[in-house]
Amino acid sequence: MAEVEETLKRIQSQKGVQGIIIVNSEGIPVKSTLDNQSTVQYSALIHQLVMKARSTLRDIDPQNDLTFLRLRSKKNEIMIAPDKDYFLIVIQNPSA
Amino acid sequence: SPETEASDVFEAEVNKTPRSKHWISLGSEKEIDEELLKETREKLMLKLRVDRIFRLPICFSDHNSADSKDSHLECASYQDSRFNIKKLQSDFGIQAVPKLQSNSTQTLRMVPKDAFTQYEPREFSNEELENILQDESLKNCCATQTPRILHALQQEEIMNVFIDDWKALGTGLEAGEWSGQVSDSLVLHQIFTNQKYSKDKKISCLNWHPTIYGVIAVALIKKKEEQTEESPLLVPRPAFIVFYSFSDSSNPQLLLECPDDILAFEFSPSNPNIIVGGCVNGQVLLWDISVHVTYLQAAHPGSKKAATNPDTFDLNDNGENKTPVVRFSAVSALETSHKAPITDVQWLPQTFEVTGMGLPVENKMKVSVQIATCSPDCTIRFWDVRLANLLIHTPLDRRQTDQKTPITACSIPETFKHLDRTWKPLFRVSLPKIDTKGEYVPLKFSFEHYTCSTEKDTENKWTENLPDYSQLRMPLTEKLKAMEDVNTKFFVGTESGEIVYTDWKLESDESGRPRSTKPLLCFNTHQWLVNTVQQSPFFKDIILTTGGWNFAIWKEGVMGGPLVVSQYFEQECTVGCWSLSRPAVFFIGKQDGSVEVWDLLKNSSEPLQLHAHISNTKITCMKPWVVSAKQHFLAVADDLGVLRVFEIPKTLYVPSRHESLSMKKYFELETENLKDYLRRKEIWTKQKKEVEELKKM
Repeated sequence: MAEVEETLKRIQSQKGVQGIIIVNSEGIPVKSTLDNQSTVQYSALIHQLVMKARSTLRDIDPQNDLTFLRLRSKKNEIMIAPDKDYFLIVIQNPSA
Repeated sequence: SPETEASDVFEAEVNKTPRSKHWISLGSEKEIDEELLKETREKLMLKLRVDRIFRLPICFSDHNSADSKDSHLECASYQDSRFNIKKLQSDFGIQAVPKLQSNSTQTLRMVPKDAFTQYEPREFSNEELENILQDESLKNCCATQTPRILHALQQEEIMNVFIDDWKALGTGLEAGEWSGQVSDSLVLHQIFTNQKYSKDKKISCLNWHPTIYGVIAVALIKKKEEQTEESPLLVPRPAFIVFYSFSDSSNPQLLLECPDDILAFEFSPSNPNIIVGGCVNGQVLLWDISVHVTYLQAAHPGSKKAATNPDTFDLNDNGENKTPVVRFSAVSALETSHKAPITDVQWLPQTFEVTGMGLPVENKMKVSVQIATCSPDCTIRFWDVRLANLLIHTPLDRRQTDQKTPITACSIPETFKHLDRTWKPLFRVSLPKIDTKGEYVPLKFSFEHYTCSTEKDTENKWTENLPDYSQLRMPLTEKLKAMEDVNTKFFVGTESGEIVYTDWKLESDESGRPRSTKPLLCFNTHQWLVNTVQQSPFFKDIILTTGGWNFAIWKEGVMGGPLVVSQYFEQECTVGCWSLSRPAVFFIGKQDGSVEVWDLLKNSSEPLQLHAHISNTKITCMKPWVVSAKQHFLAVADDLGVLRVFEIPKTLYVPSRHESLSMKKYFELETENLKDYLRRKEIWTKQKKEVEELKKM
């Protein structure tokens, strides 16, 4: 519990971080710093994206695997770090 | 042996020869007998003797006995009713035919389909969350992934790798716009001229159509030399107001017929289909082009090309080649019109209207219904286009006028039927001279366009429902609220170059008759005919006037004189107009056909740009127009009847930073300078007087 909190604090202290979400492998949010509605929306959509990205890479090369996914948009950047059972989503606004 | 065989065959054949049977009569010989042609009598022989000359040939021909009645006698057959046999029995054949019909049905298969689906996300309950958060794998995950995230975040902080340097360069100007050549002078866009209508004529007035893109109307008048040459017996050539469109630079789209030359005309600010014009004979004319406005709207590039294709069969083809002509709807009564040509005409804005004494009252309908005209007969007259209440009670008069003009009823719109030939002005303003006897001779005028503080819509000035002018009625003036804050004072430019500042409200004199007040100010700034008096679109108290060989800028309320007076130029200043987007910029047209662009903030003694030889003859009218934020045009008309449209470059329409504020300060400065100068002048004249008196003593 404490480690998780510490992780969140460390990331949150970085400049421009708008929100952090920890999602399990099925797409159900475990921990989040955003409100419930945004959390649920982000986890469902990003879970699908991660699955797709992962399967794309493994289709091309089965030995390969997804290590990090960065989604840059006009307004902010979404960073996704997938793990075996969970993945970490961080939303940052670089210019803020 | 073959012989015996042959004889056998022969015998067989002989034996087999059929014996003819005895013929049984079945009645056929009777039919044959009937069919046979037998002569019942001897052939008749006729011997004829023909009187003829011996041995000449004779020719026989056929003659039908039925042709002439008496060449034959006949016993015609007729139906005798005694020998009628009624048919009681007839043979028929009937067959019963079964009717076959092919039909099909299909049963609707209702497939159960979800009409709505509502779902909610899967969530963990609090206990589950607690469990998970304690989980080892989660801790591992955090431990391994956090550095990655931090690394990425740090990268972000260090440098923005996704910036497009090229794009970032353009943030000073408009990003994304790049034109190869950016010119900063007027660029010629189109020239409009027409052999038939603008030959030997000059343009007296031009106006952009307020709503339709690319349509400009010009009034063409005869040149002075022609007027004197024409003998008075000849019927004058009809004068026209010609509408040009960007899509066709040599053919007019619409023509407005005028009884005589028009020196000034204006579109109504409430309904661009209504146009008022001032004629050289002093009458005021009204046109209604709502029927023909589709010609102007259709005149866009592309549609005109389709119409001129001679191969296509177009039912409207007959109308396309001939420009439609709109006759005027109404003309003012000759007795009460101006006694000299009308040189300026303006609509009163829709924010107020004036009574018969010139008092401003509220305009309930918010429609421009009143017009002011000025003329060198020393009067300014105010007119109202609505039907006065008194006329409603005289239906007989209207019927009489109907009978007089039966032909014109179908072609002329009846919008202003009630005014035709009986239109009288509301009141007139005269301009008595301040110090001496006589009157000022007005040529142009400008009044403040009062805007209501509550009116917010300047964008949607044109509502979808254009007001119907024929339905408007003059309300009783007692019922209208007086508007105290409308500025009734206005500037007038005269024939001798004076600028007169006067009030249009009438006052009652000793006998109770309405009379104009004496003007408040008069300055002879221009030595000759004043041809422009225009209010700045940005400051309602700044007026630009041009006349003679110079131009001047005035501020309302400053009684000492003009704020800025230019030097006397070599060439006459024939027209001036303010830029619509930059408060400090205005355009001056000259006698030699050149156009100058002035920027007061940059230099008030020299033009910013001089475009010489825009035309060979003097510039008669100039009007700028804003089509869109990036398209600004300037229409320039000259003495040869040629209309040129220029594109105003960006440097001349994009205002500099705080231009409006700078201009305000500039004018304040000039006002101070003027006051200073006047004060000093007073001191000097006093000093001079003292010196003179001392000398005398």
